[in-house]
Amino acid sequence: MNNLQKNKLIDNAFKTIGILFTYLGILILAILLYKIIAAGSSRINWDFLTSLPSRKPEKAGIYTAILGTLDLMMLTIIISIPIGIGAGIYLEEYAKKTKLTTLLEINIANLAGVPSIIYGLLGLGIFVRFFNFGGSILSGALTLSLLILPIIIVATREAIKAVPSSLKEASFALGATKWQTIQKVVLPSSFGGILTGIILAMSRAIGETAPLIVVGAMAYVPFVPHSVFDTFSVLPMQIFTWTTRPKAGFAIAASGAIIILLILTFVMNGVAVYFRNKWQKKLGN
Amino acid sequence: MKLKEKIIELILQFFASITILTTVGIIAVLLFESITFFRSVSIIDFFTDTQWTPLYSEKHFGILALVSGTVLTSVIAISVALPIGLTIAIYLNMYASKEFKKTLKPFLEILAAVPTVVYGFFALSIVTPFLQSIYPNLETFNSLSAGIVMGIMIIPFVSSLSEDALSAVPKSLKEASFGMGATKFQTAFKVMVPAASSGITVSVILAISRAIGETMIVAIAAGQQATFTFNPTVPIQTITSYIVQVSMGDAPQGSIEYRTIFAAGLTLFVFTFILNSFSFYIKKKYQEKYE
Repeated sequence: MNNLQKNKLIDNAFKTIGILFTYLGILILAILLYKIIAAGSSRINWDFLTSLPSRKPEKAGIYTAILGTLDLMMLTIIISIPIGIGAGIYLEEYAKKTKLTTLLEINIANLAGVPSIIYGLLGLGIFVRFFNFGGSILSGALTLSLLILPIIIVATREAIKAVPSSLKEASFALGATKWQTIQKVVLPSSFGGILTGIILAMSRAIGETAPLIVVGAMAYVPFVPHSVFDTFSVLPMQIFTWTTRPKAGFAIAASGAIIILLILTFVMNGVAVYFRNKWQKKLGN
Repeated sequence: MKLKEKIIELILQFFASITILTTVGIIAVLLFESITFFRSVSIIDFFTDTQWTPLYSEKHFGILALVSGTVLTSVIAISVALPIGLTIAIYLNMYASKEFKKTLKPFLEILAAVPTVVYGFFALSIVTPFLQSIYPNLETFNSLSAGIVMGIMIIPFVSSLSEDALSAVPKSLKEASFGMGATKFQTAFKVMVPAASSGITVSVILAISRAIGETMIVAIAAGQQATFTFNPTVPIQTITSYIVQVSMGDAPQGSIEYRTIFAAGLTLFVFTFILNSFSFYIKKKYQEKYE
């Protein structure tokens, strides 16, 4: 075998490994989904969605966990969206290239890399103890809001950056003020990109478990929360507690809850990708 | 009108500064509780003792027992994610067609979007039994299974960041190599990977940082035994899963058990902060290399 043949052989061998590894990820995803659906689909019915958690695995449901997740997400949206978009607008449209701005940017990049459990400790120290909100929905939502803020800010900045400057200049030429231009021109044309970022941030928040455990989400909540100061559980928390129980029936219940959580996560991601594609087409790139 | 514009700017500025307050808050909370902790525990013991037993009657506070678990699971995760992730990146950049890349990307994104608690369940109830069928001495809770699943979780992270780095290499370099008669494989490993090495390094450092901060997979699948060991088949505990264990129990506020999670958290924060800053430094230093 000469050198040329040898090189070709190595090249083809690597190509095959590349294909194999690439499909490996998809294969693992398929195995994971198949095993979980096979184990949990028998539990998916109306009773499972509307029953309270229970000591008996075959009777246990995810009613309070789902309501907790919905409440927590709603409150997180209300808190994080105005702050995230506002901060993004400030950095892109107002902030001058000063040392302080550079510090803000480095800090946001760094925050995105802080482990989520550290945010849990922050929430425990500040919201649960210092402000005395206790292990409540409010503490959980504030903690998650800080956690996803970097994602929303970065997405907002990217979306605003993509708005053609000619649009802004036209608005200024008509005598509009800076805020009028942002409100009437910049935000409407960057809406798709911002929305994509928000949905992706929410899909991250809905699967978070660790920071909520630290903040004090409960393993067992047998009542429906009525105010933002009530204790709560969420879907991932319910999955975690069921996973750690030795009784076999709880593994099945956990699989059922995972199916619901994955549906929520995948739908959100799908919607985000849809908006992203639509928006990118609109911008013409 | 002018006043209204000024007020809006101030509000937006305040929103942006909340990110600074977050960092200050994290450092303040971790330091405040840790300083009280180190009043009753010697800092030398903390870093040299190899036993971690704050929840037992005979208390030891050697963080090394948790650090070893954290390092062990992270090393396993990176040894899975780096070769697979980098190979995928090279394959997508050098061999695959544009259409294939476009159809594949959403699947890799899904892999990255699966909540970590689901990966934890996957590790404990599917991967561990599978590994036990090959190696029966593997315990139910072990770092091998948790590390492998964590590695799978990080693959999309490594592959997409490394692919970005490879795409940033100027086309002329690639074409020059092909022009010399090099195969794609030779071009990939002799030209592209060295040229993109800083970007690939950044992706690896960020992946390590992600691995040491990962919580739910290890909390579910790796056990709750803080042991100073590098044996991947026995139960261990990481810094993160210790924080979870204490949070799930009811350590009263102000007790030494309660304060240990902040001291452990501070250790974790310092590790990830160093890694993130290092990757930021490399990125800044080499960013303009080809511009």
